[in-house]
Amino acid sequence: MANGSTLLRNTWNLGLKEFRSLSRDMALMFLIVFMFSASIYADARAKPESLNRASIAVVDEDRSQLSTRIVAALQPPQFIPPEHVGLADMDRGMDAGLHTFVLDIPPDFERDVLAGRSPALQLNVDATRQSQAQTGTGYIQNIIDDEVRAFVQRVRTPAPQPVELVPRAMFNPNLNASWFAAINAIINNVTMLGILLTGAALIREREHGTIEHLLVMPVTPFEIMMSKVWSMGVVVLLASSFSLQVMVKGVLGIAVAGSALLFGAGTLLYLFAAASIGIYMGTIARSMPQFGLMSILVLLPLQILSGGVTPRESMPETIQYLMSLAPTTHYVSLAQAILFRNAGPDLVWPAFLMVAAIGVAFFYLALHRLRRTIGTMQ
Amino acid sequence: MSDPAVRVAAAEAGAATVVRLAGLSHRYGDILAADDLVLDIPAGCMVGLIGPDGVGKSTWLGLIAGARRIQRGSVEVLGGDMADARHRARVCPRIAYMPQGLGKNLYPTLSVFENIDFFGRLFGQSEAERRRRIDELLAATGMAAFADRPANKLSGGMKQKLGLCCALIHDPDLLILDEPTTGVDPLSRRQFWQLIARIRASRTGMSVLIATAYMEEAEGFDWLVAVDAGRVLATGTPGELRARGGTHTLEEAFIALLPEERRRDHHRLEIPPIETGEVVIEARGLQMRFGDFVAVDDVNLEVRRGEIFGFLGSNGCGKSTTMKMLTGLLEPSAGEALLLGRKLEARNVDTRRRVGYMSQSFSLYGELTVRQNLDLHARLFHLPAPEAAARITDLARRFDLDPVMDVQPDALPLGIRQRLQLAVAVLHRPDVLILDEPTSGVDPVARDGFWELIVDLSRGDGVTIFITTHFMNEAQRCDRISLMHAGRILASDTPAAIAATRGTDSLEEAFVAYLEEASGSADQPAPAAPAVPAGVGDGAAPSAPREDAARHAERLARFSLARLLSFSAREATELRRDPVRLTLALLGSLVLMLVMGYGITMDVEDLHYAVLDHDRSLASDSYTLRIAGSRYFLEQPPLASHADLDARMRAGKLAMAIEIPPGFGRDLARGKAPQVAVWLDGSMPLRAELARAYVGGVHAQTLADVIAESGAGPLRALASVEPRYRYNPELLSLVAMVPKVIPLLLVFIPAMLTALGVVREKELGSILNVYTTPVTKLEFLVGKQLPYIALSMFNFALMFVLAVALFQVPFKGSLPALATGALLYVTATTGLGLLASTLTASQVAALAGTSIGTLLPAIQFSGLMDPVSSLEGGGYWIGAIYPTTHFLTIASGTFSKALGFAELGSAFMPLALAIPVLTFLSALLLKKQAK
Repeated sequence: MANGSTLLRNTWNLGLKEFRSLSRDMALMFLIVFMFSASIYADARAKPESLNRASIAVVDEDRSQLSTRIVAALQPPQFIPPEHVGLADMDRGMDAGLHTFVLDIPPDFERDVLAGRSPALQLNVDATRQSQAQTGTGYIQNIIDDEVRAFVQRVRTPAPQPVELVPRAMFNPNLNASWFAAINAIINNVTMLGILLTGAALIREREHGTIEHLLVMPVTPFEIMMSKVWSMGVVVLLASSFSLQVMVKGVLGIAVAGSALLFGAGTLLYLFAAASIGIYMGTIARSMPQFGLMSILVLLPLQILSGGVTPRESMPETIQYLMSLAPTTHYVSLAQAILFRNAGPDLVWPAFLMVAAIGVAFFYLALHRLRRTIGTMQ
Repeated sequence: MSDPAVRVAAAEAGAATVVRLAGLSHRYGDILAADDLVLDIPAGCMVGLIGPDGVGKSTWLGLIAGARRIQRGSVEVLGGDMADARHRARVCPRIAYMPQGLGKNLYPTLSVFENIDFFGRLFGQSEAERRRRIDELLAATGMAAFADRPANKLSGGMKQKLGLCCALIHDPDLLILDEPTTGVDPLSRRQFWQLIARIRASRTGMSVLIATAYMEEAEGFDWLVAVDAGRVLATGTPGELRARGGTHTLEEAFIALLPEERRRDHHRLEIPPIETGEVVIEARGLQMRFGDFVAVDDVNLEVRRGEIFGFLGSNGCGKSTTMKMLTGLLEPSAGEALLLGRKLEARNVDTRRRVGYMSQSFSLYGELTVRQNLDLHARLFHLPAPEAAARITDLARRFDLDPVMDVQPDALPLGIRQRLQLAVAVLHRPDVLILDEPTSGVDPVARDGFWELIVDLSRGDGVTIFITTHFMNEAQRCDRISLMHAGRILASDTPAAIAATRGTDSLEEAFVAYLEEASGSADQPAPAAPAVPAGVGDGAAPSAPREDAARHAERLARFSLARLLSFSAREATELRRDPVRLTLALLGSLVLMLVMGYGITMDVEDLHYAVLDHDRSLASDSYTLRIAGSRYFLEQPPLASHADLDARMRAGKLAMAIEIPPGFGRDLARGKAPQVAVWLDGSMPLRAELARAYVGGVHAQTLADVIAESGAGPLRALASVEPRYRYNPELLSLVAMVPKVIPLLLVFIPAMLTALGVVREKELGSILNVYTTPVTKLEFLVGKQLPYIALSMFNFALMFVLAVALFQVPFKGSLPALATGALLYVTATTGLGLLASTLTASQVAALAGTSIGTLLPAIQFSGLMDPVSSLEGGGYWIGAIYPTTHFLTIASGTFSKALGFAELGSAFMPLALAIPVLTFLSALLLKKQAK
């Protein structure tokens, strides 16, 4: 077995080689820069609020002062200014997916309100658009409530509420979704590049016969793997740190609370795990096309089910359990804790530990497979 | 090789030229591959380009074949300008081009028959015609028995023969062969040239243009062009060139023709006799099995220090395997190999330090420069920096690598790459050197340079050298040689002794005799009458068929559905041969659908919350109990203080905290409207919004109940809003999600399937067939796309059945509408993958590009989470044109809303529009010539 200094030197030199290879591939370099700049920007800017520009149509059968007030209150940024449609056209817009909501104000609505007859408005909701369906309904109910109350107050005083509920959001007072989107986009890109770059680099060496050559050199599979892990790790770490500092804090002007250093350490640890998964996949796939398909099958669940898109606690337990074996889940949790909630090492160490443990497990598996495939290659 | 009659005919036809180069210049960086070149190549004869490596021979051939774009000057081939795309399209059916490298333009997973058949289809031949031609070609090349063998399982010689068959399938008038016999054993080489001679005998009009490094072969050509540094050194018949050099052999003549400074270093190679040293390597009964196949059997050898030991044999006879076992790189299945009396171990790193190895195929980093490659290896062998620098300078000089030190090997010709590989192999001064065909494709001057170095290493430094070669004059230089066949050693002795044993004059004859005896046939089963495709130019009436050919060519230049389908058929065959990819595409998407269908949920449930109760009264208890009873919330141990609240929120343990103020019960009773604070974790805005909505609902209900219980009569709201949840009344996530997962999977997987389609051919070399055959860009692109559209539609059908049968998602709308949408959609998404493939230069970049180009817009901007209408800026515009948006509308419309074509018309248009746009962009980016 080679001694420590040989190992370090080989790993260092092989890693430098990876940098050189990468720097020749202009298309790939461009993609990496794009992923951590323009793509993050587009993602964050696309949705600044959680209920934003919901499309609503109104069937105003009343055409009274009150109904006009209600329609006028449905305003941007939560809503696109309502479109007036006829009773007959209600369904068409909804069917075509043009409107998420259609509000029907019945005839004589104002008169009935003032007479205390408590009339009902009908709100049609496109329930296939779940995210807007629920929050939007709440908003609309509140807006109508407020408008009706204010309108009636000019005539008589309504009874006060016995208990008032005061909701406040911590860490992100305005529930601004762009924070979340930007950080989530960085996490997704780190996952994607961490897995793709290393795995594809290994397959490329196999397809070009260069790995066969490395094996006649005094270089061990461990060194080959480590060199790919550290070099690609550094590339992605630099890109993601740049993205956090320049794009997220600078260009997007998002105030990130937590320690960038701690997040960087977590990212590095996570990259180790992701790269190990990439290499593991690279030893299983026989060719680049196989690897490409495999990576989609792995990336998709990692991105969607790791808690970055929808809350983990709401997923079925089997999925929660399965996903707890993926390093991404723990990385998402530590990233959110550090960046949003300013959590310190005392709070996030369990997540760090899990990422490390999963990384080591995959690294070991990959090393084992690499040694075996090399044995049969010659 | 070429009979006198043909030569006379060629001489008579001297006026006719097939290729006319004028003022041609071609440059790669600082290197001039063609330097103001003027050359007329006579038609109807066999013309050889001879010269050292890297002087531009391959570039010239590429330009003549129309595979490379002309930088400056003019190239006239078969009476027209090759800069003119129309002329290229017209004449390319009359040109056949076989590029350098063993089987570079073949399709490795396709069988011999399928490979030739594919080329036949490209030239628009009917099935019967193809069948007849392939039978004839296979019989003529002696490959009939291997028709079903995949190309990647063929030996080098057979690959070259297959390449020739593919080139000859369409009766070319100009056959261009770039080093066709490099790396091919003498027996196969001999058969190859016999084949060419037979073909020429029956097709007298055909011109053959060959680049070769074998001077013995060039000796048999009609007319030669000696090339150096992008210029013509001399032209003439072999006899004329010999006469000009005043030498006996062409090899010597060529060296004599070189300019003075190039010749300076060259002198006749002298090999000092070997002094008997101790036994360095000993083999006892070595055997290597791969499964059932015995690659090497019962090899016994003793090799002494400083000995040059050669292995000869046909391709695939076990030479490389034997050498690897002898140096401990490969563990033998039986027997043992000893290095200085100690058993060799494959895993031992120290063993590797003592061995230098040069593999048959180029295995250095194409993306690093020559200097960086040398430097990397010096570092990996831990040469001290000053020594490494000196060594690299020395090797660069010795191997004549100085001018290319900062060039990437990818851009270098085979010969120079081989020199670089040898330089790398000897860099660390190994004790034992294994050279697997080190001089294949290397020019004579450089080959002698190699041998000087090899001799120097052997005699000077006592390095033991194992070498395989197909050059007999090189075999002659070995101290001892072993003739191998089918894994066994036939004879092992000094070259002279082997020739003497067989009673032959030359080693080559002895070698051929041994091989023929071993393979049990005195001669190849070549038919007496040359079976060569009978087509145009049968000699008798060359003018009439020539016009026919021109018309045929015109027809070929047009768009052809048959050719398009031939690409589809080939792609489909390759896909069928790759069951892993098929399984991943089909099974993988079903698994993903299961996981994501169950996993993505918008029902935010079981939100963790805790209560900070400052009041601890009956009233506060009953209030908080209401929240605990909701299915949306999961109560955690109560909070003790604000600090506790802060800490647990920060740790992400709570999504929500409820704070009941002191005196809540009292204030409530007095009607003072106490305030209950709700703290939400805003780091996940969606979750916080929903939690706020839920807790608001529970709160309102509580109040209504409290008032009702207090007997004040039901509280009457001023007005109420009655939400009607359409399409999905129970707000089930599954019903909403499954129709969304199908569009997602139908963008990722189809795009990934096609993403490597073009770039892989670019990286592995078969893109040349697009450059040099009449295929149009559109035929190539669409042809490649069709099988994947079919596969994706099958995938769609599977997912649909799974959705309806397993997930029991009700399907209410029009199935034809959904299926039509799916067809348009997968056509667009496979087109997206092809676009990524034409945009990028490496497979890695294509993978990354496709991932980012599909995952981001499909998940974020296409209305999966937020409707497109709610997006802003760039995201909105991407979402508006991205195909996934529109198919999502169609899928959820047909699944949940009972809609059909009429209502969804507006979603079909953008999908249908995306297809031609994507195809057009790909066609625009795809080049039909190399740079």
